[in-house]
Amino acid sequence: MTSAALKASADAFAVRRPRLAKLLRRAPRFRDLLAVLGGAIPLGVVGVVAFLTIYAWPAVMLNGWGFVGGSEWNLGSTYADPIVTNGIPVLPGAHYAILFLIGGTLLSTAIAMIVAVPVGVGAAIFLAEAVPSWARLWLSLFVELLAAIPSVVFGLWGYAVLIPLVGKHIAPAMSLWLGWIPFLGGSPGNGYGLLAASLVLSLMIVPLITVTLRDAIVSQPDSLRETAAALGATRFETVWLVIMPGLRTVLIGACVLAIGRALGETMAVLMVSGNALGGLPSNIFGPVSTMASFIVSQLDSALTDPTGFAVRSLAEIALALCLMSIAVNTLARLLLSYANGGRP
Amino acid sequence: MSATTNRPLVHDLALARRRHLISQLGWIVCATTLAMLGVAICWILGMILIKGVSALSLKIFTAPTQGNGGGLLNAIEGTAVLAVGTLILAVPLGVAAGVYVAEFPVGPWAKTIRFFCDTLVGVPSIVLGYAGYVLLVQTLGWKFSAAAACVTLAMICLPYICRSSELAFAAISIDLREAAYALGAGERQVILFVLLPAATPGVLTGILLALSVSVGETAPLLYTAGWSNYLWNGRLFDSPIAYLTYAIWTFINEPSASANALAYAAALLVTSFVLVVSIASRLLIRPR
Repeated sequence: MTSAALKASADAFAVRRPRLAKLLRRAPRFRDLLAVLGGAIPLGVVGVVAFLTIYAWPAVMLNGWGFVGGSEWNLGSTYADPIVTNGIPVLPGAHYAILFLIGGTLLSTAIAMIVAVPVGVGAAIFLAEAVPSWARLWLSLFVELLAAIPSVVFGLWGYAVLIPLVGKHIAPAMSLWLGWIPFLGGSPGNGYGLLAASLVLSLMIVPLITVTLRDAIVSQPDSLRETAAALGATRFETVWLVIMPGLRTVLIGACVLAIGRALGETMAVLMVSGNALGGLPSNIFGPVSTMASFIVSQLDSALTDPTGFAVRSLAEIALALCLMSIAVNTLARLLLSYANGGRP
Repeated sequence: MSATTNRPLVHDLALARRRHLISQLGWIVCATTLAMLGVAICWILGMILIKGVSALSLKIFTAPTQGNGGGLLNAIEGTAVLAVGTLILAVPLGVAAGVYVAEFPVGPWAKTIRFFCDTLVGVPSIVLGYAGYVLLVQTLGWKFSAAAACVTLAMICLPYICRSSELAFAAISIDLREAAYALGAGERQVILFVLLPAATPGVLTGILLALSVSVGETAPLLYTAGWSNYLWNGRLFDSPIAYLTYAIWTFINEPSASANALAYAAALLVTSFVLVVSIASRLLIRPR
């Protein structure tokens, strides 16, 4: 291409896309470098979601709605010849349906929240209102340490301490004394199961609730406390009846944030849940699997499927979990920014 | 009919007592919940400390794992390699994103970056790990490798670095920028030589958080880093690498006492490192 032809085509481009041409012609600024480097985040997220979708697409098409409508994880007969359905090779007898995983994820998260919310709120109130400010710093740091402990260490503690405790003492006692409540009766199991997983999860999400709520309580104006005191309220009444109602949105936001964390928690749950395969527990002591822990526990066996369909079905779980967590986190962010008066 | 309205408050001693009692009860409940949390933290840390210290020996730091015994040198080295690799990838990208969002907040690209940064925080690490497995390990053919693990970990760390850099830069007074631009400094000079020094503690907080995440994560590494009984061979692709959290997860399930001891020693190393790093990052942003 001659230089004249090059110039002509550049002119034509400038006429067709004037703003883009102007952008390309000006000298690059430092902010352009930052913009390009910072683009790694959008690119990465879009890339991950797009790639998971493309990779899981054959599984999404073939499993259909039945994927979320039943409870079975069956690779089929690994040694038989694959059957080709709609151009996708699948092992005969393969059937993938993850209702038990969705159920296990929701159940463990729900029970964890039932334990974590009262504890988190109580600890936040005590930290914010009852502790002198010099001690508050250290006690808060202490609670925040809990959030820093890696998931696998929680799992180790659950495995070595909580499982024997639940299996030998807590579960039999609960089954004996609280057995009349549905879902709490029946065989106390061996410790591995929904109860242990939920207890470990609740420990991991309490700091999220406590820290968010403590900051919100501390930042409430003192005039509220003074007014309540002038009207004759006790200090606890001031917190419980005056300050806390105003922080309802913050509390809900923090809880949704905690739910998001609990949904995606993998290692700790994997180590204490008993990893059920294909069914929900009949009571709170029974083994269970969550979507996140199932991906880890099943990848090795999924790799034995020569058609690769099992790995794609696991990718479908990952995709579903990803979308679920993104939805929950977006909700939490909206709630918390709404509580902060529209600021992010 | 005005009996109730005219009644002086002092007469209702029963009500006052009940309110007082309920308040006391409320404080007791709140104190109990905090105490429960404290007990749990002490229990976890105490168990790791006691069992970990009794499992420590010189061999842990000098020998690689052999079957169910040996030391943890390969895992310690691998974790260090992965952490350094992750920071090399994540720090420039994350800080750049944070600075861009803080300094040029109007405009669609800054909003896009911030939106995806917030989204990425919510994506569970196992999802990123699985995506790393199917994309990097399988499709791109990197195999279990340090590179696949570092890229996956970097994705997990990016939003933390971005967010803390953004907050650190946004907290700097506008006067500093005006003074620097008035003296004739360009965009690059203002950001690198004026604002970055002022924002260093905040930026470091994010980097330390990323460091503790990359040392403490397990799930995304299981199927990207693999595991190796040998020291790192210096290759970024095609060869698996050891890391400490894998030792915790795997060796605690082995029946032999020597394997369990390795798990507790690894847990002690990981936990103490993560706690020291997170306390250090708290002290950094403590008002001076």
